[in-house]
Amino acid sequence: MTFVKVIFYRKALDMDNVLQIENLSVSFATEAGEIEAVRDVSLSLGKGETLAIVGESGCGKSVLCKSILKLLPSNAFIKQGKIIAGDQDITEFSEMQMRSLRGSLFSMVFQDPMLSLNPTIPVGQQIIEAILSHQNLSQKVAAKRALELLTWVGLEEPAQRFYLQPHFFSGGMCQRCVLAIALASQPQILFADEPTTALDVTMQAQILDLLKSIQEKLGLSMVFISHDLGVVARIADRIAIMYAGKIVEIGTAEDIFYDPRHPYTWGLLQAQPCFTARGSRLHNIPGMPPALLQPPQGDAFAVRNEYALKIDYEKMPPFYKISETHSAATWLLDPRAPQMVIPENLQIRCEHIG
Amino acid sequence: MDVRHLKQYFHINDAFTIKAVDDISFQLHRGEIFGLAGESGSGKSTLARTLLGLYLPTDGEIYYKKYCISDKHIYQQHKKELQKNIQIIFQDSAAALNPRMTVEEIIAEPLIIHHIYSRKAERRAKIHDLLKLVGLDYNFSRCYPTELSGGQRQRVSIARSISLDPALIIADEPVASLDVSIQAQIINLFQTLQREKKFTFLFIAHDLSLLRFLSDRIGVMYRGKMMELAETEEVFSNPLHPYTKSLLSAIPVPDPIYERTKKFLTFDETQLVENACWQESRKEHYVLV
Repeated sequence: MTFVKVIFYRKALDMDNVLQIENLSVSFATEAGEIEAVRDVSLSLGKGETLAIVGESGCGKSVLCKSILKLLPSNAFIKQGKIIAGDQDITEFSEMQMRSLRGSLFSMVFQDPMLSLNPTIPVGQQIIEAILSHQNLSQKVAAKRALELLTWVGLEEPAQRFYLQPHFFSGGMCQRCVLAIALASQPQILFADEPTTALDVTMQAQILDLLKSIQEKLGLSMVFISHDLGVVARIADRIAIMYAGKIVEIGTAEDIFYDPRHPYTWGLLQAQPCFTARGSRLHNIPGMPPALLQPPQGDAFAVRNEYALKIDYEKMPPFYKISETHSAATWLLDPRAPQMVIPENLQIRCEHIG
Repeated sequence: MDVRHLKQYFHINDAFTIKAVDDISFQLHRGEIFGLAGESGSGKSTLARTLLGLYLPTDGEIYYKKYCISDKHIYQQHKKELQKNIQIIFQDSAAALNPRMTVEEIIAEPLIIHHIYSRKAERRAKIHDLLKLVGLDYNFSRCYPTELSGGQRQRVSIARSISLDPALIIADEPVASLDVSIQAQIINLFQTLQREKKFTFLFIAHDLSLLRFLSDRIGVMYRGKMMELAETEEVFSNPLHPYTKSLLSAIPVPDPIYERTKKFLTFDETQLVENACWQESRKEHYVLV
């Protein structure tokens, strides 16, 4: 295991990057002081790839995405780092320049579909609006295209539902409409911020399948944010685990699920009910993620970590490279650290359900 | 609790009636954890509210101990006792707790209504005990719900619901809006409390993997009807109804290679058998066929 500085390897090194983030730090200026929401994050997204960002609430997943789209409130600022989308450096882009990129280069799907749609306007009209804002088309052509999109995202009876307001729809149907709007002007990168959290399990499975099929058809790159590792198994090619504004482990889906190295990843996996036998206690990560007003000096996860070493409280762990695709930031991987084995119940993979 | 042919219809207009709960019969045994599964809109919450006595059922009977509580007069007669013994925990803890009351006032409210303690000091001690039981520091008693995180708020609602030592607690998707790690904390809390206090627990969830972990028996609902009811392991190892199979296939498994090839079984109304009847196809395993 060699000691490397923050370098992340793509799944295939020859893959074109559509998005690259280098040492990005985003902070909020508040009355109480500076909140460091994203701290020194570097990652890249290849064409046609799905990157899942997983972590508990308040660990900076959404802020990271919104800072790429520059959708953050005015008190947020990029402290350092670079965002490169396509071949442009968009770090210093103005609002006007960003507007031309949003929707055409990247678009975003938010958690609550009911809040993303305008309740007073028929969904068809909302999709037409999204098409016309980027493409120079007549109303009629746009309407036809909108109907196509609705069919495409799997809304049943699209022609009848074209003129209905969102309150006629269930959560899953609304999420399909939001997806149609997001895809209206053929973006290259889709940011999906917990798109299935507000939905039930059956609908969640359907939306995940839909996202996957759309991605394959369009060659779309996707950043998928979730707090549930179970959900991302179906969809992710690569997974980045985030904690307290930093990426603590990154690797392909196989790396993360079959060979997790960071104690936080262990904790997240063990919280899945299927890893624990009936009747015994579910493993949980004690406590809460830290407030990032004054991030702790060492590893932010140390206080909740049963495997924490003394050095965790003093010094931030560097990234250790485990394989070409897999790195983790924990002192446990240091050659001087005591040998640590993965918790037992993670070794025994759960029996397949159903 | 014994539920017989319960129906709960909502009359919208002459042409349209929503059959939220349609001819459901089942029993809740004392001290068991009963899991109720189904997609949103399948009538799980309506069933919970009807059991609680918030709605008057259209038809059918609900027996609690030996009282028929679906009867308005009997319900009124035993109202205090029933309300003390049947408690509910809602999904959205932010909406379930009054934002203008402190945690202490919220938990004290049922104790005051039911005149449990006459002295303030006793009540305060009880509240501190309850907070400790659900894993909160008593410093939280002066907080308002907005100052708490989702998991902490849910703990407060749990403390409120167990304050009267009820015989039955209905939890309506109590962890659906929480993070996975916080969810695990709350599930553990439920398990500990249930073992300690031995209350009957009706746990409503749309996620079958949680129910497998927690419950003794599982009932699966779809479109207001109970589709299948059996012991937990029986449901998982031997699902009979196509809807149950579809629900099982939708459970996300943290295993990427398996997940990528997994086929999701869809279920739609056309697969529903008309005039299906509720029968016991194996021992203690009921299914609608």
